[in-house]
Amino acid sequence: MDKADPPSAQDWDFPSEEELVDWLGEMIVIRRFEEQADALSLKGMIPGGIHPAIGQEAVAVGVMHALQQSDVVAGSHRSHHHALAKGLSPKRVMAELYGRSSGVAGGRGGSMHLADFDLGLWGSNGIVGGGLGIALGAALGAKQLGLDRIAVGFFGDGGANTGRVWEFVNLAVAWTLPLISICENNLYAVETESAAVTGGVSVAERAAGFGLPSEQVDGQDVLAIFEATSRAVERARAGTGPSFLEMLTYRFKGHNTGEVGRYRSDEEIALWRDSRDPIERLSARLQGAGALPPERLLELETRAHDIVQDATKFAEDSKCSDPSTAADNVSVWNNWKGHAQ
Amino acid sequence: MNDASMSYTAAFQQGVREEMLLNDSIFIVGTDLYERGGHWAQAKGLGPEFGRNRVKDTPISEAAMVAAGVGAAMSGTRPIIDLNFIDFAYGAMDEIANQAAKIRYMWGRPVPLLIRATSGVALAGPQHNNSMEMLFASIPGLAVVTPATPRDVKGLVKSALRSEDPVIFLMHKKLTGVKGEVGGSNDLVPIGSAHRARQGQDVTIISHSFGTVTAMEAAATLSKSGIEADVIDLRTIYPLDEEAVLASVRRTGRVVILDEAPRFGSLANQVAAIILDKAFWYLDEGIKVITAPQSPVPHSPELVAAIVPSEVDVVAAARALVASR
Repeated sequence: MDKADPPSAQDWDFPSEEELVDWLGEMIVIRRFEEQADALSLKGMIPGGIHPAIGQEAVAVGVMHALQQSDVVAGSHRSHHHALAKGLSPKRVMAELYGRSSGVAGGRGGSMHLADFDLGLWGSNGIVGGGLGIALGAALGAKQLGLDRIAVGFFGDGGANTGRVWEFVNLAVAWTLPLISICENNLYAVETESAAVTGGVSVAERAAGFGLPSEQVDGQDVLAIFEATSRAVERARAGTGPSFLEMLTYRFKGHNTGEVGRYRSDEEIALWRDSRDPIERLSARLQGAGALPPERLLELETRAHDIVQDATKFAEDSKCSDPSTAADNVSVWNNWKGHAQ
Repeated sequence: MNDASMSYTAAFQQGVREEMLLNDSIFIVGTDLYERGGHWAQAKGLGPEFGRNRVKDTPISEAAMVAAGVGAAMSGTRPIIDLNFIDFAYGAMDEIANQAAKIRYMWGRPVPLLIRATSGVALAGPQHNNSMEMLFASIPGLAVVTPATPRDVKGLVKSALRSEDPVIFLMHKKLTGVKGEVGGSNDLVPIGSAHRARQGQDVTIISHSFGTVTAMEAAATLSKSGIEADVIDLRTIYPLDEEAVLASVRRTGRVVILDEAPRFGSLANQVAAIILDKAFWYLDEGIKVITAPQSPVPHSPELVAAIVPSEVDVVAAARALVASR
């Protein structure tokens, strides 16, 4: 941002309707990818299972459109949507879920460890709150190196009850780091209702106590997400420090594939699916504005279907990494032979 | 060549300072560093010299300190995270074990992170005297160094600040003020190299860190009765310099391993296992392993003395081995 600009000057543009159609297409790709991955996982094709992000697509798409490609994102255990929205190839993500050599981590990481440093995805993370720590460090690194780069760390309502998350938020405030902490509050930490185990008014209120801009956002409204994130991005790029966003969202499926969930009522799930589906909402909005004729929607669906089928075929046709390399590249010292001086 | 006598802790400061002058991306993060220079004077003077951008005071938030270091290292900087006492690393174990140690393996991204802390058994009771070197050494992806001399502190910290992967740098409390010569600005001690601190043919004594001091005292005592010990100071716990250990065993055929940690899962047992695996037929006697019992470290100095292995224990073990010649 030009330093001559007044601080109130808005540094982003609202998307056009045509751009929003593209965003809808991205959300549909994520939805179909996750449905396919969930089904493949149930069939035993994906070792170890996955944590599907069905229902949370708007968060990823809205946030990523507020960022530059060079900005850093670090995710959580539920991060396929982050990875796809950040631009990772569905083929290489699916291949990683399969554990194949053509996967983004060559089969070393899997569903919870997707990364592509060229695209600014500094890993999803299997440890609750862990991704925010990587993002904190990336924000520090950017500041030390004088880079115009900001960092976003995702975690959930479960992460909001870990100590480390608040250590990270506090340090980002103390050091005025360009970090955006995003809590995807989907109401349940695995199978525990977060409201039953969480003190205080809300996660966003708790964050506000650390002395940074903090707000709750409708996590099923991609435009609201984009706007809130854009404001936070603007503050971070201007050097005024970190922000905190609590996205109110919901996962339509269980915590993990195959979960036999008895902790949520059918009515609650139906309420979110029927009236708070981020894809349905954006679709209805665009249709209402006359920007999404039925044939265009069909096009988006067909394209998503093809992308997911191609990704699956790519994964299935790919080979595993050479087993003899399973313990390679652990550290520069692992092949050390030793010598006395 | 700089042969000025310098303390163990000042050697760390000097090594870091020299590397900071060479490499702008090195910065140091920890508690009470800028003004005080750290609780051991290990960063004394670096604050005013390099400024607050490169000497950063933190809250007592170990997880945040290490996490910030991990991400900053992934960004291409070289952070030094000073945890003060290594016991406080328990508050950052996920960031060390699950993040720093695994990122190269998962994603091929180097994490050039140096974590420094004061370690070893001394005073201050059960929660400030944990022997954690094997906890870290057993985590794939980490290097662990435990220098015994000012020369090795300086040479090893310079190597660590030029390496690509995370290093746990452990400095023993009881060595803090010990003085000795240090190398010059181009004298590096490679990570993974042991030091043959004394040459002898009768018995091998293997130790590291403050244990090397005890081993050298024992060797001096043994020498008075005609027993010449070969003393191996491991200097690095992982990657262990197996060849230095095995070469000494082949020379003497008799081995004492000294370690102030509790025996179960100890470095001493690990070294014994390596010797049995790779030099069994060179042994003339069973290996003598001297460690602490399976116990926390107490407060009372008399009780500490009852737990920590001493020179007397080492001398007795060596004499017993040699007596059977």
